[in-house]
Amino acid sequence: MTDLTRLTLAQARDGLAAKEFTAVELTQNYIDAMAKARALNAYIVETPEKALEQAKASDAKIAKGEAGPLEGVPLGIKDLYATKGVQTTAASHILEGFIPPYESTVTSNLWRDGATMLGKLNLDEFAMGSSNETSYFGPVVSPWRRSGSDAKIVPGGSSGGSAAAVAARLCLGATATDTGGSIRQPAAFTGTVGIKPTYGRCSRWGIVAFASSLDQAGPIARTVRDAAILLRSMAGHDPKDTTSVDAPVPDYERAVGASIKGKVIGIPREYRLEGLSPEIARLWDDGVAWLRAAGAEIREISLPHTSHALPAYYIVAPAEASSNLARYDGVRYGLRQNGKDIADMYEQTRAAGFGKEVKRRIMIGTYVLSAGYYDAYYLRAQKIRSLIKRDFDLAYAAGVDAILTPATPSPAFAIGEKGSTDPVEMYLNDVFTVTVNMAGLPGLVVPAGLSSDGLPLGLQLIGRPFDEEGLFALGHALEDAAPKIGLPESWWG
Amino acid sequence: MSVDLATVRRIAHLARISVSEAEAPYLQTEINAILNFVEELSAVDVEGVEPMTSVLPMHMKKRHDVVTDGNIVDAVLANAPSREDGFFVVPKVIE
Repeated sequence: MTDLTRLTLAQARDGLAAKEFTAVELTQNYIDAMAKARALNAYIVETPEKALEQAKASDAKIAKGEAGPLEGVPLGIKDLYATKGVQTTAASHILEGFIPPYESTVTSNLWRDGATMLGKLNLDEFAMGSSNETSYFGPVVSPWRRSGSDAKIVPGGSSGGSAAAVAARLCLGATATDTGGSIRQPAAFTGTVGIKPTYGRCSRWGIVAFASSLDQAGPIARTVRDAAILLRSMAGHDPKDTTSVDAPVPDYERAVGASIKGKVIGIPREYRLEGLSPEIARLWDDGVAWLRAAGAEIREISLPHTSHALPAYYIVAPAEASSNLARYDGVRYGLRQNGKDIADMYEQTRAAGFGKEVKRRIMIGTYVLSAGYYDAYYLRAQKIRSLIKRDFDLAYAAGVDAILTPATPSPAFAIGEKGSTDPVEMYLNDVFTVTVNMAGLPGLVVPAGLSSDGLPLGLQLIGRPFDEEGLFALGHALEDAAPKIGLPESWWG
Repeated sequence: MSVDLATVRRIAHLARISVSEAEAPYLQTEINAILNFVEELSAVDVEGVEPMTSVLPMHMKKRHDVVTDGNIVDAVLANAPSREDGFFVVPKVIE
């Protein structure tokens, strides 16, 4: 039998509906692939029994003509989503062994539509990182390698397990989350497609909180069409998340292949950073040429507050994280270290349970929210967010439909190569993606080429609020025009 | 703005994270690197700018203040490191 893991999600869905193969066969192909790929460390927990059980149920539904939109499609779930009865850790020691008695809204939506779960995917601890090196369960290794080298490359982060698993064909698609670039940067690093929807499009209920005003769920997939199919099932209003938006979810797949003739694409001059790598600049120019050839109108624009986005993010995100992570106290769930009194128990538990990067961010957050500093830091950063958002509002009001930028300032780097002495070096990875979270907008990353050392590079499209459809149409045009980079061939087993 | 070692210890205590004598200087350096990175924001003119609250203007949904869930003591306690008779157990707080 042919290797079913080579099908895209759309192809697998159509093959299942046409009864060319069964959900159990498709799932078994993935379970076998996962067993051979443990060297990548993409999954924290594999759930093959659950996957096969769900696949059997899907086959029964398909036979009865009751198939859902994702019936029998095997997915990987970022280990930030609470899954009932299956360990959920946020890749932190402090949550090791935590078995949620409830299911997140987004994963509930996926199971409602017939998807099946292969396991829980590795990530940076509490989604804090850009390389998947901060996971308590060890780094994820990218299935990609530099030409002529076997150095271990990072898959990006924080959704590194999601991106690596999709690229290595260890699931048909994956859930991910994005607070500053955590869907889009790993997608760019692994030659996959990732979308961070508009803030409020997906429910955050049941997803371990990092920075609540920035966090948003979204999919990582192998094609723009696959991402559109997944987002339709993931999105939707949820009374349990007051920030989720009560608006109908469009059939995003219908936007894939729509004409982009006459669409106005903004090219923000502030993203042409001093010292921008010539390879990234060339990729961006290629993207402009492809969209122009597809009938779009290209317009240079200015987003003057761009440079403040990353510093402001490193106030807002840690501040909200310090508050959200206060709940890990060794009382209700997770790790407990005994102390001489209750305060000491908290301090010992949190010292032992959190990793270095998480502690650093909680400390920064605690400092900027402490008495006398709130106005100078947090309030000021929230005002700067308004300025960043206003830049985008003005561009859209002037007729711009979407904005094209590079996804990352460089291709993926090797494990251990960045950020060991200066944390800011790692933070700079998110320079092109973080503005989108600060303004709450949707952002889509599609693979667009290879670096000189043979690693994937991506381009980012930023849309108007709730215009994910426009992004899928434009993203598909880019995907169509860009050289096909394919997925890496197995060296991992 | 930069922090000294005493401030690092004070923040650590506020954050309820025990920090060893050996760790504190590293944390100080790293926190100062980040504070230095965000320093440029103090020069931005934010006069008359409202802090951002949402992407699109929207009203927060409200619901009636009624119990919609509950009577799931076992589920609530299932992950507790220490529990007894339907309660979480912690070290003695009041002598």
